[in-house]
Amino acid sequence: MRILDFLLRTRGRGRLHWTDVLSYGYLFLGLVVMFAPVLWLLMSSFKSEAAIGQFPPTFLPYQQKTVSVAGQNKPLPLFTVTQDDGTTRQMAQISRIGIMATMVDPAVPEQTVQVNIQQRQPVNELRFAWNNYSDLFGKFTFSKYLWNSVFITVAATLLTLLFNSMAAFALSKYKFKGQKAVFLLIIATLMIPPTIILVPVFLVINQAGLLNSLWGVILPAVATPTGVFLLRQYMLTIPDELLEAARMDHASEWRIYWRIVLPLSAPALAVLAIFSVMWRWNDFLLPLIVLSRNEFFTLQLALNSFQGELNTQWHYLLAMTVITLLPVTLVFAFLQRYITTGIASAGVK
Amino acid sequence: MKFLSFFFDLLEPFFRLGQRWLGLQRLGWLFVAPNMVVFGLFCFLPIAINFIYAGTGGVQLMPLQRPYTGAENFQILFECSNYLDLSSCRKDVFWRAIFNTLKFSVMQVSLMVLFSLLTALVLNRKIIGRGFWRGVFFYPVLLSPVVVALIWKWLLQNQGVFNAGLAAMNWPTVEWLTDAVWAFFWTVFVSIWSHMGFYTLILLAGLQAIPRDLYEAAEMDRASPWRTLTRITLPLLMPNLVVVLVLAAIRAVQIFDEVFVLTGGGPGSATTFIVQFIYQTGFAEQIHLYGLAAAASLALAGFLVLLTLVQLRLSRASELGQKGR
Repeated sequence: MRILDFLLRTRGRGRLHWTDVLSYGYLFLGLVVMFAPVLWLLMSSFKSEAAIGQFPPTFLPYQQKTVSVAGQNKPLPLFTVTQDDGTTRQMAQISRIGIMATMVDPAVPEQTVQVNIQQRQPVNELRFAWNNYSDLFGKFTFSKYLWNSVFITVAATLLTLLFNSMAAFALSKYKFKGQKAVFLLIIATLMIPPTIILVPVFLVINQAGLLNSLWGVILPAVATPTGVFLLRQYMLTIPDELLEAARMDHASEWRIYWRIVLPLSAPALAVLAIFSVMWRWNDFLLPLIVLSRNEFFTLQLALNSFQGELNTQWHYLLAMTVITLLPVTLVFAFLQRYITTGIASAGVK
Repeated sequence: MKFLSFFFDLLEPFFRLGQRWLGLQRLGWLFVAPNMVVFGLFCFLPIAINFIYAGTGGVQLMPLQRPYTGAENFQILFECSNYLDLSSCRKDVFWRAIFNTLKFSVMQVSLMVLFSLLTALVLNRKIIGRGFWRGVFFYPVLLSPVVVALIWKWLLQNQGVFNAGLAAMNWPTVEWLTDAVWAFFWTVFVSIWSHMGFYTLILLAGLQAIPRDLYEAAEMDRASPWRTLTRITLPLLMPNLVVVLVLAAIRAVQIFDEVFVLTGGGPGSATTFIVQFIYQTGFAEQIHLYGLAAAASLALAGFLVLLTLVQLRLSRASELGQKGR
């Protein structure tokens, strides 16, 4: 009971109620369910090709130890051999025919022994297969995919910020005919899911000659109702007197927009930028129909086509997955608060 | 920064000219123009073309070259010789996709609302490190659908960690993604896993907007926690619950990416949903039947409109309910 009392003690507020215990239990369960799969993926991505096919799998990336033996040009895999008299000895394998392996003691390289493969156990050591990652950049067109993803994300985000802030500026700081209609039209596009107009969007992109071009993915995405709405609501809070004062000084409207209103909307722009980066980085369906040639694949498309292959090379696929989730994870780690408050206030994803 | 100001200065004469032509207030048109052009080309125009596609046949991409067929596309989709037997339908995959989508939506949405409500209630308690815990549940929301699907595919594959667990307990292993029942279960589970944090966040915001003094009054009256939950928290959370319910339903009906990568719609058509049907008819199969795909997407659109109307109805009802209290 003493221990229980100690564990349930809190600062000031009396003991923990049983519902508190239940709550923390739930939270820790959530921690495991939400993060363990990602952690498992991360650890698996460090396994060598041989280790990844092993069953049952291990959590940590173990790999068979190898030694260089004098007189052999390649490093040899190391085994623990149980000899007939019951003693064990570490030996390296030179070759194997059927159930017999030719083995050699690294200390006495000139003397080889025949050993039944039943009598040996591989010697494993903890080793991270960094080459899963480094190979990606040489072996495949991976750098190309990475570049495509980065280019689409950056270009689309910059254009999104420019176009949406211009529209938001017009909708919050001017009074022109049809303004309400424009705003309503923009908000109405929130209700039209992209999946429904998939076929005609494909036609438009095709007619514009943007099929198999990165711009075919960028351009349809740069006008977002969410962005316009978010920025407009923010710009409404910027006092009109500031604009009037600038007009007195003969500033042009364009200058007012980018010298006064844009810098003042920086917090809202930052939230939209975070969103836009995540949207574009994670986009799948539009790139899937627009970019069908291998050299234009984004990371998401490359992942999809790799996993669909008959002989999935899981060690590379997992490393690629980790690289793909890395930017989003970093953004999340540093900007979590902005993202969550942005979503809670705008109710959008 | 220098480049930025150079770029913006470059555009200045253009807008000066516009200001001279249009006058001050109507300059707004120039500012919304880029956005509206993009919306027009990639949203409004496609909506109109979608109707043309749905009413025409053939395999041409250009709408004007396509022969007019009237309602034939819809007929192909919906015709069955015996409506009690799905395999007698001309497009039985379409019916299966609808059936799967409905089943999926009902299961996924109800479980999603339940779990996100539970999580939001727990997060709203006096707990240490709330920001951290909120982040824990929110993290998968940010991952791309492809990444989410690959994470789970890796765990669920025949030699994966789940089967290793079963094998360690000397139980027979299960083919998680090639068994129809299990595959369906995992599509539901994985989509809840990856989206729950978003809805939790909306509900949490709603919970934090409930005035503290109501709870203090309830405590004065020695109301039991259960009574506080059902008489104060849930009624006041109703507007947020309706939003979550409908948003989740609209998203669930359109489920595609995760499932496409996780199971590819299989085994057979056990996890083929309506958007995948549209994608396959329009783009993936040898002959691209754009008309049929457009007709199917119009059917989907009709269903979504229905859902939205239900939302309006429900949220009005819950508002009225609150005023009456």
